[in-house]
Amino acid sequence: MRYLPHTNEDVAEMLQVVGAANLDDLFSSIPENCRFKGELNLPSDMTEWALTDHMATLADRMACSPEYRVFVGAGSYRHYIPASVPYLLSRSEFSTAYTPYQPEISQGTLQAIFEYQTLTARLLGMEVANASMYDGASALAEALLMAIRIERGKKTGIALSTLIHPHYRQVVRTYFEPTGYKIVELPCLPDGSTDLSAVDEIENLAAIALQSPNFFGCIEKIKAASDKAHALNALSVVCFTEPMAYGLFKNPGSQGADIVCGEGQSLGIPQSFGGPGLGMFASLNKYVRNMPGRLVGKTTDRDGKRGFVLTLATREQHIRRERATSNICSNQGLCATMSTMYMASVGGTGMRELARLNRDKAEYLKSELKKAGFRIPFERPGFNEFVVEFPKGFESTYQKLVGKKIVAGIPIECHYPELTDHYLLCATETHSKADMDTLVKEVTS
Amino acid sequence: MTESPGTTGLIMNEPLLWEKSRQGRCGISIPESDVETTPLDAEFAGEGPDFPDLSEVDVVRHFTRLSQWNFGVDTGMYPLGSCTMKYNPKIHEKIAALPGFAGAHPMLPPDLAQGTLRIMYELERFLCEITGMDATTLQPAAGAHGELTAMLLFYAYHKSKGEKRTRILIPDTAHGTNPASAALCGYAPVPVTSGDDGVLSVEAVEALMDEETAGIMVTNPNTLGLFEQNIRKVAEVVHRKGGLVYGDGANMNAVMGIVKMGEIGIDAIHLNLHKTFSTPHGGGGPGAGPVCVRKHLEPFLPVPRVTKNGDAYALQYNRPDSIGKIHAFHGNFGILIRAYSYILSMGRHLKTASQHAVLSANYIKERLKDVLHLPYDRPCMHECVFTDKNQEDFKITTLDMAKRLMDYGFHPPTIYFPLVVHGAIMIEPTETEPKENLDQFIETFKIIIKEAVETPELLREAPTAPKVRRLDEATAARKPCLCG
Repeated sequence: MRYLPHTNEDVAEMLQVVGAANLDDLFSSIPENCRFKGELNLPSDMTEWALTDHMATLADRMACSPEYRVFVGAGSYRHYIPASVPYLLSRSEFSTAYTPYQPEISQGTLQAIFEYQTLTARLLGMEVANASMYDGASALAEALLMAIRIERGKKTGIALSTLIHPHYRQVVRTYFEPTGYKIVELPCLPDGSTDLSAVDEIENLAAIALQSPNFFGCIEKIKAASDKAHALNALSVVCFTEPMAYGLFKNPGSQGADIVCGEGQSLGIPQSFGGPGLGMFASLNKYVRNMPGRLVGKTTDRDGKRGFVLTLATREQHIRRERATSNICSNQGLCATMSTMYMASVGGTGMRELARLNRDKAEYLKSELKKAGFRIPFERPGFNEFVVEFPKGFESTYQKLVGKKIVAGIPIECHYPELTDHYLLCATETHSKADMDTLVKEVTS
Repeated sequence: MTESPGTTGLIMNEPLLWEKSRQGRCGISIPESDVETTPLDAEFAGEGPDFPDLSEVDVVRHFTRLSQWNFGVDTGMYPLGSCTMKYNPKIHEKIAALPGFAGAHPMLPPDLAQGTLRIMYELERFLCEITGMDATTLQPAAGAHGELTAMLLFYAYHKSKGEKRTRILIPDTAHGTNPASAALCGYAPVPVTSGDDGVLSVEAVEALMDEETAGIMVTNPNTLGLFEQNIRKVAEVVHRKGGLVYGDGANMNAVMGIVKMGEIGIDAIHLNLHKTFSTPHGGGGPGAGPVCVRKHLEPFLPVPRVTKNGDAYALQYNRPDSIGKIHAFHGNFGILIRAYSYILSMGRHLKTASQHAVLSANYIKERLKDVLHLPYDRPCMHECVFTDKNQEDFKITTLDMAKRLMDYGFHPPTIYFPLVVHGAIMIEPTETEPKENLDQFIETFKIIIKEAVETPELLREAPTAPKVRRLDEATAARKPCLCG
C-alpha cells in the first residue's frame, strides 16, 4: 500500500524489539471480548487512477458553472478566485501543519492568522477578531452564548431577527435547547427589514441579533438596533453571510455593534457544497476574555525579534478543563489563511470596486425582472441578492429552466410559509449581463 | 547517525502585509462592468475597508516566504501525540478541487447534486462499518463540535424519556475538550480518577454513576495511549442506571478493524476525519467530526439526512425528534471528500494502518524507555507517554527537550498532556513514518538526553535553528496585541 512504508523486514525487526510474535500480539492488552474478529466490509482498495475516474464521474453529476448558470446565494456565493490564491494555499507547509502549539516553527501560520485577525477587524469595523470559527451559523450561536456570558448569565433573553438565515437560526436553537435561555424571534416589516418594536417587552434581554444584508438581501437598520440594545443595557450582535457587502456598505462596527460574526466563504474560498467555509468573529476589546476560539498575539523572542504565538489560552480547556468557557480547540486555519490571501490580493481599492460590481449586477437583474412584470416585494437597498415574486405555479417554469441549465434562485416558502412563489436570487461579478438577460428571457417566455 | 534533517537553508525576512502596501496596487483582475451603476444613498454608503493594496507578485512572495517558516508533515516527522499527523495523500487535493465538487452550491436541488449526496451517503455507511454503529451524521465541523453534537443527542434522548439529567462522568484520561462540551449542554462534568494502571476501574464508575447522571465520556484508547480494558463492564454499569456511553474517537487510528466500538457498549462516538482518515490539518483546521450512533440515538441526529431510494439520493428534513442543525449546510464537505477518498484507497489496509501505527509507537516506547521515564510500562496503542523525571536532576524540562528537537529537524511531540502525567511527553509516530526516520528520531532523542547531562545550556537555549528563538508567551497574554 502506497502510504504504508514498513516492509515485511521492517515489521519483523520492529516486532522483535517490541517483543511481540506477530502484529496481532500488539493488541494483547485489548480483552478478547472487545476484539473484532472479522474483516471490515469495505470496498477493496482502489488504485489512484481508479479513484480518480470514480470521483470524476461523481463530480460530473453536479450542476456547476460554467455549464450551469446558478443564480443562488443564500449563504454561499460564487466569486472569482484568482489562481494565485489556491496555488499559494497548496503549499504543504501551510496545509499539512497542525495547530501552532510550537510557535518557533509555526511562524508562517501564526503571522498569517495575525494578519487575518487584523484584516477581519478592519473589514467589520471592530477592535479584535479571533482566529476563526467553524462556520457562520455556529459563530452566531457562540456569539449569543458569549453575550450571555458577558452578563454573567443574569440576562438570558435573546432577540433574534427572523431575517437571519433560517439555517443559522436552526443552529442557534440547537445550541440553546438544553440551556433554558430564551429566544424571541422578531418579525419582518413590509420593507424587508426587522421589526424591532417587540424588543422592549423581552425580559432580561442579553442581546439583539440582526443579519445585514439579511436573508432577503436587504440592508438592516443596524444603528437603530444597536441604540435600542444599548438603551436596554443589552448587546448588539450583527451577523452576515456576505462580508463583501462591507466593501461598499457601512460596516457593523461603525453602527454600534458589540459582536460581529458570520460566514467568510465569499473571501476566496470555494463553495464546496457548503463547507469548509470560515466562521468570522469579532468584538470590542473589552469583551476579548469572553470570546470563544483561538487568538494569535504579537510578541518578541529572546533576541527581541518580532514573533507570534497562540495566546489567552486560559479561557480554554487546556488550563481550566471543568471551568472552560469554550470547547473550541480548532479553527478554520487554512480557510482563514486563504481569505487573508484573497483580501490581500483584492486590497482596499479592489474590494470597493468588486463590491460595487456585485451590487450593480444584482440591481440590473432586479430591475430587468421588475420591467418584465415580476414583483419585488422588499424595496430596501440590497447588495447582491433579492427576493422576487413569480406568478403562481412558477415551479414548472423553474423545472423547465433547470432543463436549460439555469437555476433561477431558490424558493423560500419552506422557510417563510406566507411567501409562496417567492424566490431568492443572487448575482455576483461572475454573472455576465448576457447570463442575466437569458434568465429574464427564459422566465418570461 | 546520518546527518540531521534540521540542517537549515536560507530564511527570508518578510514584513506584515500592511507594511508593504502601496495605494493603487491590486492583485486581482476586476472585470469592466457591463451594466449601469446604481447610485447608493449616503445613509448606507461606507468607506470601504482599510486593506493594504498589493500586486500579485507582492502577495505571492509574501505567503511563499511565510510558508517557509512553517513545519508541516511534508517537511518532516511530526510525532504530535493525540493529533495523528500522518501523511496526507496528494490525490485528495486534486479530487477536492474538481469543479463539480469545489463549485457546488449547498442548496442545489437534490436532482442536481447526486454526486455529493452519494459520497455523503456512502461515507456514512463506511464510518458505520468501521465503528460498528448504525447511523452517522457528517455535520459536525471538528472533533469538539462532534463531542457537542453527541452531548446534544444525549440530552434529547433523556428528554424523550421525560428525564432531565444533570451530570456527566469524565475520566481524567479523556480529551481536554470533553468537560467543556458537556458543560455547553448544561451538564456538570464529574471527574473520574483512573486506576494506577492508567485505565478506568468499574468500581470508580459504579461509585459515581446514578440516575441523575446522563452518561460517561470515555476516550478509548485513552490519552495515555492505553486501551480501556474494562470498557464493557463500565458500559454495563452506566446503562444499568439509564445512562449513555460516549466514545471520544479521536484515537481511532489505533483500532480500525480491531475493535468495533458499537459492539463493546458505546452508544455514540465522534471521529476526527482529519486525523484517522488523513486530511490535511491546515494549521489547526478545517477538520470534520462526524458522530456515529447506535439505533436508539438515530431519531435525534441532525437534519437533513441523506436517503437513498433506488439509485437516487435525496435529503430528508421531516424528522420530528431531530436536535435540528449543527452546521449551516452539510458539514465540511471538502474534508469529507478526502476521507471518503482515503477509505476507498485503503480498503482492507485500514487495519494494516492501525497495526503499523501501534507497532511504531511500541517500537519507540521500547527503544526510549531506558533513557526517558515511562510512567505506565504496558503495551501501548498508537502513542506512548514519557516524562522528564530522569532529567530533573539536571534541571532540564520536557519543554527544553522539545525545543531542542527542532534544532535537529523534528517537530516536537505533544508536551504536558495528558495532565495526569507530570511533565508528559506524548509521542505518536503514526504508520506513515518509515523505520529509518523512527530510528533517527530515537537516536536524536538519545543525543539530546546526553546533552542534558553534558551541555544542558544547549537545551535551555534551544531552538537556535528556526527563524525565531523562544517566544515571550507571558507578555503576549498579559498585554495582548491581537491586531496590527
